[in-house]
Amino acid sequence: MDENTVNNRDEQDPSKSSRRNFLKNIGLLGAGVAAGAGALYSGDIFEKKKAATGESKVLLTQDNKLVEVDSLELKALAKNPTKLMLEKGREGIEGRRWVMVIDLSKCRNARRCIAACQEAHQLKPEQYHLNTLQMQDSPGTAPYHMPKNCQHCDNPPCVAVCPVDATYKRGDGIVLIDNERCIGCRFCMAACPYSARIFHWTSPKDSDKHNGEAYNVELNVPQKLGTISKCLFSADRCREGKLPYCVSACPNGVYYFGDENEDAVTNGTTKETVRLSKLLRDNGAYQLMPELGTKPRVYYLPPKNRLFPFEPATDESPKEG
Amino acid sequence: MDQIINDLSHHIRLNKGFFLWMGFLALAFLACLYAYVQQLRYGLGVAGIRDYISWGLYISNFVFFVASSLIGMLISAVLGLIGLKWVQPITRIAETIAVAFAAVAGLVIVMDMGRPERLAYVFLYARFQSPILWDVTVITTYFVISLLLLFLPMIPDMAVLYKRFGNLPGWLKPVYKVLSLNWTDHPEQNRIIHRSMYILLILIIPAALSIHTVTSWLFALTVRPGWDSTIFGPYFVSGAFVAGSAAVIIAMFFFRKNYKLQDYLTDLHFNNMGKVLVLVAFVYLYFNINEYLVPGYKLKRADAIHLRELMSGHFAITFWLVQVGGLLIPIALMLFRKMRRPLPLTLISVVVLIAAWFKRYLIVVPTLAHPFLPIQHVPDNFRVYTPTLTEIAITLLSFILVLIIITLISKFFPVIPVVETAKEKGLDPLKSNES
Repeated sequence: MDENTVNNRDEQDPSKSSRRNFLKNIGLLGAGVAAGAGALYSGDIFEKKKAATGESKVLLTQDNKLVEVDSLELKALAKNPTKLMLEKGREGIEGRRWVMVIDLSKCRNARRCIAACQEAHQLKPEQYHLNTLQMQDSPGTAPYHMPKNCQHCDNPPCVAVCPVDATYKRGDGIVLIDNERCIGCRFCMAACPYSARIFHWTSPKDSDKHNGEAYNVELNVPQKLGTISKCLFSADRCREGKLPYCVSACPNGVYYFGDENEDAVTNGTTKETVRLSKLLRDNGAYQLMPELGTKPRVYYLPPKNRLFPFEPATDESPKEG
Repeated sequence: MDQIINDLSHHIRLNKGFFLWMGFLALAFLACLYAYVQQLRYGLGVAGIRDYISWGLYISNFVFFVASSLIGMLISAVLGLIGLKWVQPITRIAETIAVAFAAVAGLVIVMDMGRPERLAYVFLYARFQSPILWDVTVITTYFVISLLLLFLPMIPDMAVLYKRFGNLPGWLKPVYKVLSLNWTDHPEQNRIIHRSMYILLILIIPAALSIHTVTSWLFALTVRPGWDSTIFGPYFVSGAFVAGSAAVIIAMFFFRKNYKLQDYLTDLHFNNMGKVLVLVAFVYLYFNINEYLVPGYKLKRADAIHLRELMSGHFAITFWLVQVGGLLIPIALMLFRKMRRPLPLTLISVVVLIAAWFKRYLIVVPTLAHPFLPIQHVPDNFRVYTPTLTEIAITLLSFILVLIIITLISKFFPVIPVVETAKEKGLDPLKSNES
């Protein structure tokens, strides 16, 4: 509309029109020269830089795609890395519904899962994101070992009671804790019927060594004094498309981990991928205290047909460190 | 009139006893503050609480403080609104206790935080779903209403004392002048103050019921055996009246003796407070029977473990001392008129108050000691909770703070409402031609 009126006026006044065109042409020429010079100059810089480094890197993007990027184009983000990870950690991995299956008939209390977990999350020996408990449901039934971690409930009582939204439920089913937010009231510990949560009563393991490192909310590392920690379903490994630390570490094929949406879980020891619904159906899977309405995301397969004798745990309780 | 003013106000002065007592409190405060500094530096690990029993002395103490503060509402609002004249000299004592305990209850909860420096997050990132937010809201509300209920009836008193009490310490005079808000006993002023008092006295009833009901919900909203109870609200509220009544009786006894108020806090007041205590103790007993008998009859597995630990296990001695020694025997004793005389009633109240504290401990700790899943592969101090010295000192810190607040309020302001007492006797305190 505006252009039309301008054009109309130009037609009415040819002298004005030619002056305008002249100025326009000069301007275009100037811009062209400047752009060309700029391009030459930056090309020159680019060539110089390329000559200096010129290697490409393979990187994993947030949506789990591998991309190849020239190292020249890499630059550090100005944003605080802790903050960046906190934001990312709130979102979850799109389209996934992580689920764990624990086959009690295979568990021999090797406790390698615990070691791997404590190593990854910088935990002391008495701090468990995952603990194997010696269970016996009633005097007449057989004892068994039961790995017990956070059940990542779909109706999590811990998340409900948190006053500051420090612990939260993600779209992919994982319940996480933001240790930069946690005020240490321990209401979530009181609310959790599975005793899944631990608290840093004293300085976390090697805290002086890790002091100042960027905090990774998907790993709860570095652990922070006066805040809560617990099993994270190895959210950092999930993002990389790998199995959780405990699942990979098990020597006896106890753990399956996978995506409910895909209806597929992978055994951490055999690396065999099976159909989740079939595994649960064929083995009489159950959940821990489902009557509490917490809707856990961890399934247990009953300890039947065990191919080894039950050996009671030697109760070597770790000393407080 | 001068007689009344002098009787009710002669304690308002800085004497040796006051300095000795405050000096003692200040020293104890500093010693216990050191313990809290330790906790700030090294973390909550200086206390005995660990992963399973993660709430201990601090939370028990918090519940006790909220409980004790409830008495302000019972005396001023419930008994006052019913029209019982005898409570009038006790109202200020009850409100002082309410204000002191409610104020410190807020601090006690901070003492239990792993990250007290993040306190502001409770408001910055407030989540409406969390009972902690409800608790913070109602306790603040209750504290403000209690403070107003303490302050409003004091306005005429301060005007009168400023004008007519010759011995009022010089440095207190400007304070009284400012706080008396130009009170001239004008009918309009009286109308406003009566109207505000009436509104506040009604408002404080739901506020008080809320603070202790919400506090009980910190436990009852979990699924743990021992806490998973629908009667926790009224159970806590009735227990609160027991603790608070006992606290008021003890305070009455000390003020009567130290401030020579025998003519105003008479045997009649003790007798009546004794009756109030018996009444609320009976109500509490009723809730106790419900709370233990109903799950005890069914003995669901988790409940059975909990009750066995309480009644014949690790907590049995404390449990029976509290239930029999701290509730049943005091009720039986106080049924006799002789036991409602000042000295015996005060002694009984001391026992009841101590038992009330341990009762909170018995509500908080045993439940956590027996979670649904077994406690395994952890150090022994994770299984059995033993409070540390530092933890006890930090708990004492809160009591010292309460004592400091009560001492300061009662020392610098009349413990018994002056103007109301005078008007009761048909005197007009602001006119000097009467005697």
